[in-house]
Amino acid sequence: MAIKPPANRLWWNDPIHGVELGWIIIAFLWGLFMFFFMIAWHFIGEQNLSSETYRIRPEKYQEKVEAFAQQHQAKDQNGAPLEEKGVPVVRPPAGGDVYILARLWEFWPIIELKKGQSYRFHISSVDWQHGFSLQPTNINISVHPGYEHVINLTPTDTGTFGVICNEYCGIGHHTMTGRIRVVE
Amino acid sequence: MTTVDVGAVGKAGIAVNYRTCRFTGLRIEANAETLIKVNAVAAVVFLALGGLMGLLVALTRWPAIQLLPAEWFYLVLTGHGANVLLFWIIFFEIAVLYFASAVLLGARLATPRIAWLAFGLMIAGALMANYAVLRGDSSVMFTSYPPMMASHWFYLALIIFAVGALLAVMVFFGTLVVAKEEKTYDGSVPLVTFGAITAGIIAVFTLASGAIILIPTWLWSIGVISQIDTLMYKVVWWGMGHSSQQINVSAHVAIWYAIGAMVLGAKPLSEKVSRTAFLTYILFLQLASAHHLLAEPGMSSSWRIVNTSYMMYLAVMGSMIHGLTVPGAIEAAQRRNGFDRGIFEWLTKAPWGNPAFSGMFMSLVLFGFVGGISGVVLGTEQLNVLMHNTLYVPGHFHGTVVAGTTLAFMAMTYLVVPLIFQRDIIWPGLARLQPFLFAIGAGGISLFMMGAGTLGVARRHWDISLTDAVHAFEYPPGAYMMMALNGIFAVLASIGGILFILIVVGSILRGPRLDGTNAKLTFPLHDASREAVSKYGSHATVKLPGTIVLVGIFFAAFVLYYFVNWKYLSDLWLFR
Repeated sequence: MAIKPPANRLWWNDPIHGVELGWIIIAFLWGLFMFFFMIAWHFIGEQNLSSETYRIRPEKYQEKVEAFAQQHQAKDQNGAPLEEKGVPVVRPPAGGDVYILARLWEFWPIIELKKGQSYRFHISSVDWQHGFSLQPTNINISVHPGYEHVINLTPTDTGTFGVICNEYCGIGHHTMTGRIRVVE
Repeated sequence: MTTVDVGAVGKAGIAVNYRTCRFTGLRIEANAETLIKVNAVAAVVFLALGGLMGLLVALTRWPAIQLLPAEWFYLVLTGHGANVLLFWIIFFEIAVLYFASAVLLGARLATPRIAWLAFGLMIAGALMANYAVLRGDSSVMFTSYPPMMASHWFYLALIIFAVGALLAVMVFFGTLVVAKEEKTYDGSVPLVTFGAITAGIIAVFTLASGAIILIPTWLWSIGVISQIDTLMYKVVWWGMGHSSQQINVSAHVAIWYAIGAMVLGAKPLSEKVSRTAFLTYILFLQLASAHHLLAEPGMSSSWRIVNTSYMMYLAVMGSMIHGLTVPGAIEAAQRRNGFDRGIFEWLTKAPWGNPAFSGMFMSLVLFGFVGGISGVVLGTEQLNVLMHNTLYVPGHFHGTVVAGTTLAFMAMTYLVVPLIFQRDIIWPGLARLQPFLFAIGAGGISLFMMGAGTLGVARRHWDISLTDAVHAFEYPPGAYMMMALNGIFAVLASIGGILFILIVVGSILRGPRLDGTNAKLTFPLHDASREAVSKYGSHATVKLPGTIVLVGIFFAAFVLYYFVNWKYLSDLWLFR
C-alpha cells in the first residue's frame, strides 16, 4: 500500500508495467512536441510577442507620448483637432510609431489606425502596473512603469476596439479604458 | 547509540505517548496527533473565512447582483486570496506533512515545542494579514505588485506566516530523521511520505523566495528602501506564488495515493515510476514561476520557452504519469477486491458513497481535465497573450486549487476526523452529497471563468459593463451569461463548502466517539481480509483497460483543446 514502506525493499529493481511505460513515452513525446511547437511558431506563426524593451523614466515617456500626440493629432474637415471626451484622436502614419500612455485611470490618447498596416506600438505606464487588454480581439499584455515595451502590430479588421485595464490598479481600475479605431 | 530515547525527550518536558489506531494499525504519537488537530482546525477556520469572501466576490461579479461596492470588492478579493490560497492550504499542508511523517512512519513528532512555535507564528501572521486587509489600506490583491503599496502590516504578516510555515516544514524533516534514527519503519519511506517530502522540499524553495521578495518589500513599505523594481518583484514573487501551488500538487497527489490505499487497499503500480514522477516536480516545477511573465516586457523568447515548458514539459509529464498511476492503482485494487467484470465495473462499483473516495476521484478528474490542461495552454509562450490577466487565469487556478487541491483536502478530512480526532462523521447522508456539490460548483466556476476569459473579461475587475469608464466598451452578451453562471456555481460550491464545515466541526465536537472497542466507522476503510481469494495478477501482469480508456480520453481532450487555442491565436492581429 502507498501508506506502507514498499513490500520489496529493492523496489527500484521491480519491472515497469507495460501500460505505464507506454504512457510515459506518450507523455514525453507530447511534451517534446509542445516544446518544439512554441519554437516552430516563431517561424510559422504571426503572433509572437516581441521582447524589445527599453528602460525609461516615467516623466520622459510621458513627454514622448505628448509629443507624438501633438505631431499626429487628427483634424476634421475644418482643420479643428478631433477629440472624444477631451481625449485627442491621433492618426500615426502607416508603418510608424504609436505611443500609448497607461496611467491612473486611462489609456491615452485615442489612436486611429489603418487596417493591414504595420505599426510599432510603444506601451508604458507612468504610475502603477496596468494591463493592456485589446478587445474584442483579445490581446493581453502587461504594462510596467519604467519599461517601454515595443510591439509590432498589424490590425486585421476594422472597427472600434476597447483597451481595458486588466491589471488591478486601485479603486478606479474598473474605469480604466482606452480606444483604438481601425479604418480601411 | 545515537538514538534519542523517550526518556531524553521526557526530560525536556513534553512526554511522548503512543496509541495504536484500531482501524489502521498505525502507531500515533500524542504530540503529532495534537498538532495535526490544531493545524487542521485552523485550516478549516480560514477556509470558512476565505470561502465566504469568495462567495461575496462571485456575487459581486454576477452582473445582475453586483453585491458589494467597488472598494469592498477589492478588499474582499484581497482577503479571499490570502485566506484560501495561503492560510487554508498551508495549515492543512502542515497537518498533512505531520501525518505523512509521524503517523505513517509510526514515529514521534520532532521538537513539538518548535512545532507549536511554528503554529503560533502562522496563526499570528494569518490574523495580522486579515487585520491589515480589513483595515482597508491593503487592498493590493494577493500578488501585491509594486509600486502599489499595502500597509506595512500586510507584508510583515506574510513574512511572519512564512517563517512559521518554514519552521513547521523543518519539524517535518526533523521527524523523518527521528523516524529513521529510531527505526520505526523498515526499508524505504511509503510513497505517500515520499510525496510529502517532495512537497516539503518545494516548500523550502517557495518560502525562501517569499522571504527574498517580501522582506525588501516590507522595508520599502516602511521607507527604508526607495524603490522596488516591478519586473524583478514579479520574477521572485512568483517563485513563491507559483511554487506554492506546486506544494499543493505534490501534497494532493500524495493524498490521492493515501486515500486510494486507505479506502481501497490500492498499491502503487510501480514504486519506481510514481516516485520518479514526484522527483520531476522537484527538478522542474520551480521554473513555472516564469509563466506569469509571458506578457511582460523584457523577457527573451528563449527564456520564456525553456522556463514555461518546465524544461520541455518534464513536470507536466510527472503529473500525466500520476494521472495514470493513481486510477491505475485504484483499478488494480478494485479488481483484486473482486470487481473484475468489463472495463468499468471497478469504477462503477467503487465506494462513491464514501466522501473520501468520491472527493478524491473527482479531484483527480477535475484537476487533470480542467486545471491541468488549461494550465499547460495558459503557460504556452504565445498562447498566453490570449488570456493573460483575463478571468481565464482564475478559471484555471480554481480548477487546480479548488477542484483539485481543496477537494482532495476535504476528502482527506473525512479520514482525518475518524482516525486522528477519533470521532465518527455525523450526518452521513449529507456527507455523501457534499463532495459532489462542491465538485460540481468548483468545476462550474472554473469552466465559466475560463469561458468569460476567452471572451476577454478582465480578472480582478468590479464592473464588466464599464459604466464609469472614460471610453465605453461592451463585452459580448455571452460574457454576461458566463458571469451569471459563475455566480450560480459559486453558490453551489459555497453550499458544498458550508456543508463541509458544518459536518467537520459537528463531527469533531459531537460525533460518536471512536475510542471504544466496539465502535465502527460510518465510512469504512479497506478491509484486506475481503480481497478476492484469487489474486488479480501481479504487479507486472495486471491489466488496466479502464484506466487506459480514461487516459485516452484525457489525452484526446488535451490535444484537441491545445490546438483549438492555436487556432484562436492565429485569428488575432498580426504581431509584425
